[in-house]
Amino acid sequence: MASLDDLKKRISSVKSTQKITKAMKMVAAAKLRRAQENAEKGRPYSEKMNNIILNLSSGISDKENAPKLLTGTGEAKTHLCVVLTSDRGLCGGFNTNIIKKAKQYFQKILKENKILKIITVGSKGYDQLKRQYKENIIEKISFKDSKNINYFDADKVGKIIIDRFEKKEFDVCAIFYNQFKNVITQIPQEQQIIPLKSNEEKETSSNSSYEFEPEEDEILSNLLPKNISTQIFKAMLENSASEQGSRMSAMDNATRNAGEMVDKLTIQYNRSRQAAITKELIEIISGAESL
Amino acid sequence: MSEEFKVEIVNPEKSFLSKEDVREVVVPAFEGEMGILKDHISIISFLKPGIIRVYSNSEENKYFVEDGIVEFKDNNLSILTSSIYKVSDLDKNKIDQILKDAEKESSDNNIDDQKRYLIDQKIEVLKNLSLN
Repeated sequence: MASLDDLKKRISSVKSTQKITKAMKMVAAAKLRRAQENAEKGRPYSEKMNNIILNLSSGISDKENAPKLLTGTGEAKTHLCVVLTSDRGLCGGFNTNIIKKAKQYFQKILKENKILKIITVGSKGYDQLKRQYKENIIEKISFKDSKNINYFDADKVGKIIIDRFEKKEFDVCAIFYNQFKNVITQIPQEQQIIPLKSNEEKETSSNSSYEFEPEEDEILSNLLPKNISTQIFKAMLENSASEQGSRMSAMDNATRNAGEMVDKLTIQYNRSRQAAITKELIEIISGAESL
Repeated sequence: MSEEFKVEIVNPEKSFLSKEDVREVVVPAFEGEMGILKDHISIISFLKPGIIRVYSNSEENKYFVEDGIVEFKDNNLSILTSSIYKVSDLDKNKIDQILKDAEKESSDNNIDDQKRYLIDQKIEVLKNLSLN
């Protein structure tokens, strides 16, 4: 059995770990509130953007000359996957869940003998993917230096994607991120952004006839690149809220586990102390008896 | 009958402005300035750099935008933009900074005509702003 001193040391070390995890939980909780607010504030923009694009694309008459960003290249050979993860660890299954989802998709694509290209956003995603898919990763982006999520960063990613699309480097583009549902549930999402998938197309009221200035296709070709940045921005916002939520619950668990461990160790410590006292007493008594 | 409609300006980070009692909005549309009154026909257009003027019953506000899309439908005007500043909040330094960025961008020879037109517009607007 460990000596009393060892036990004492372990108890204090577990206690200080508990302090750290508790502090991290508090920080995550504070950040979560802000991230959640940001995610909610950002929603109207992306929703409106989506609406306008839906209205526009349903109004477009000449489907064949429609911008490629909307309709796709007509092929589906090369897939570009943008995996959005966090830059920091210690957030439970947050990154692993995204990676798991992405890997399923990768395997599906590779099985169909299609070409896979990956862009990772956030350093954790790169760390987890580089072992298996090193030759598929064409770019890794990290925004470690920017404190808050801002549109400028999302726009940068968007521009990279569009650049590569114009160079015909890929046909289909999907992004992977965690959607924030609540603090304990984050749903890994796969969203196709090129060509644009509009599953609600039937619902759009086609009777709303718009006047366009300039022409529809010109507006569309201007709008679609922006929409990509917007979608990425939305994903980044959702991701950051999810990351904090996930970290908060992970740290909460860790704090609780540390508490349990402290209790267990304290009991053990007390028992062995008592045992030592009893032993000494027996020694004294038997010493007195032998006199 | 009231002559007011609703305007909403959103940027990616948040809803920038939302007003119910607006009489007229003048936006710098791509093909020229455009005033929007109540019961305007549904329209979608995009913006060039310029000044948005919002006239409500009580006040008049000006905003500087660099780009964006406007949508007007059922007396709801939505303006989506990635960069917007209230003119009264812009001080000399800020204007100079944006101006400097724009000039740097326009010195790049590899941009197409449309972009050049937009940047020139921006520089002109900013110069006007800094004079006032």
